[in-house]
Amino acid sequence: MLTVLFDGLAYGMLLFVLAVGLSVTLGLMNFINLAHGAFAMAGGYIAVVMMQRFGLSLFWGLPVAFLVTAAAGAFLERTLYVRLYDKPHLEQVMFTIGLVFMSVAGVDYFMGASPQIVNVPDALDGNIDIGDVSLNKYRLFVIAFCAILTIALQLGLSKTRFGSRLRAAVDDARVARGLGINVTTIFALTFAFGSGLAGLGGALGSAIFSLDPQFPLKFMIYFLVVIAVGGTTTITGPFFASILLGVADVAGKYYTPNIGGHKIQIGGFVIYTIMVLVLIFRPQGLFGRAQGK
Amino acid sequence: MIDTAIHATKGGESRAMAYFAERAKWRWPEFALWIGAFALAFLFPSRALLFNEVAILALFALSLDIVLGYAGIVSLGHGAFFGLGAYVAGLLAKAGAGAGLFSDPTFGLLISGIACAVVGYITSFLVLRGADLTRLMVTLGVALIFAELANRMAWLTGGADGLQGVMPGKILGIFEFDLYGRNAYLYSLTTLFLLFIVARKVINSPFGVSLRAIKGNALRAGAVGINVNRRLNGAYTIGAAYAGVAGALLAQTTAFVSLDVLDFHRSADVMLIVIFGGVGTLYGAIVGAAAFKMLYDLLAAATPQYWQFWLGLILVLLVLFVRGGVMGLVGGLYNRLTGKGGAA
Repeated sequence: MLTVLFDGLAYGMLLFVLAVGLSVTLGLMNFINLAHGAFAMAGGYIAVVMMQRFGLSLFWGLPVAFLVTAAAGAFLERTLYVRLYDKPHLEQVMFTIGLVFMSVAGVDYFMGASPQIVNVPDALDGNIDIGDVSLNKYRLFVIAFCAILTIALQLGLSKTRFGSRLRAAVDDARVARGLGINVTTIFALTFAFGSGLAGLGGALGSAIFSLDPQFPLKFMIYFLVVIAVGGTTTITGPFFASILLGVADVAGKYYTPNIGGHKIQIGGFVIYTIMVLVLIFRPQGLFGRAQGK
Repeated sequence: MIDTAIHATKGGESRAMAYFAERAKWRWPEFALWIGAFALAFLFPSRALLFNEVAILALFALSLDIVLGYAGIVSLGHGAFFGLGAYVAGLLAKAGAGAGLFSDPTFGLLISGIACAVVGYITSFLVLRGADLTRLMVTLGVALIFAELANRMAWLTGGADGLQGVMPGKILGIFEFDLYGRNAYLYSLTTLFLLFIVARKVINSPFGVSLRAIKGNALRAGAVGINVNRRLNGAYTIGAAYAGVAGALLAQTTAFVSLDVLDFHRSADVMLIVIFGGVGTLYGAIVGAAAFKMLYDLLAAATPQYWQFWLGLILVLLVLFVRGGVMGLVGGLYNRLTGKGGAA
């Protein structure tokens, strides 16, 4: 039971780092970026390449993954995404699905279709025994790392000048513009930062979930669930949603109730059903504030 | 009713009638297209299996065009109905084992259509609750639930191995599905043609015009007395039924159903087809399906593993540079040829 909670927590933390960028950019520009997972995948593969080809440790992979995907995000935002902000949602969806397809096939071409095997650094290999519970060191590291990151994000958002501008822009971009806040720049920076975080999450998670070219498609739904449940107006919403999702997902894989003589994995159902129900009864998200519009 | 607005004056009534009559008129390129489509079965009998896939894809795209192009509901999970229809028809044909009512293909189509209409009607209430983004996620969520169900209920659906032993009977009790797929193609094409006529009638009816009004501005449409949500429920239900029939056609003509019918790529492909062909044009679905299938064959032959890349590139370029899809281009050309101004 504790192991499930622990694994779920690690998984949920990862999901949060992966999805938080998407949640903020969605709330800010109302732009549906289904290609967010492609950035996460890019980060994961960057880390993999650094470890396998250059023999560097994962600790080096993390910052590089962050920087490279953030730069890629900034570049794509300025050249391509910016043209689509005032287009209908449908075109945004098509455009970003197109990007997903390209990234899937592109990674397949360069890296092969099989899942990548990632070795965690020696220092984080193995388990720690606390009492009679044995905890995986790497997962512990992930939890600690993501927790620090989350606190930093929350502080940055609530205490810094950039943070308050960002919050103002998310609340009402037009009024924020009227007050002289440069929403376009804020958005570009946020987009780059969010993409970088996704890349970081991808690198961090490459040792936990299997990393293969189908990653953006597989995780698209998880990101959407996080946003659906967490809402797009805060980052605490997506945080709790991620933890919930992580624990539910891991628990769903552990418990297989016996229904009518068939062992049934409930994981998938629970998550999708939660999402649909939340969307129906609380369209602004379980933790989100209702918007005045 | 939209009629009340138009019927305000007596002259208005006849003008409205004239308007609907004008909208519903068949034009010569339409005849040419359908005659050509039927002729293909006899001109290139060896490619009939490919044509059959195009016809099924076209019907599936047509169903999404009704939902997306006319009702304006962005759906990322339209494949759910395609898959449901395929499984219903497959299971019926399996139960009938090649003879009797259950194996009758037209009966299978009917039941699949009805089943999907029912599910579509129920889920339409969920879908209509939110705005674009919520709809996207709800439709995707519903589709994923269906895919999970089919995967887990292996005792019924065959799970990952697919549904074996689908044996559709003779079409109308006369024509057998032949090995080369000619009868299958004619069967699918006839179904597509009949349903297309129905869709055309629906779109050009007051109901269809009210859908356009809602898509233009739901608030104003409500203000002139259109019951917005009920119209959208209706359109979504029709779209679901059409998708179900398309799925049923696939199950019957290939005598096999696998989890692939519920895969996400189905929903994405069909969306691409509709966008490529032109949203809200009906014919765009057919043109788009043909173009998509040809493109797919070309790309898959040139780069078997990486065709997805080119597909993605086309999507991106399409969104960035082409408005209104192929039908937008064709429509402009047609208007220029016939000397008519304005939009097609």
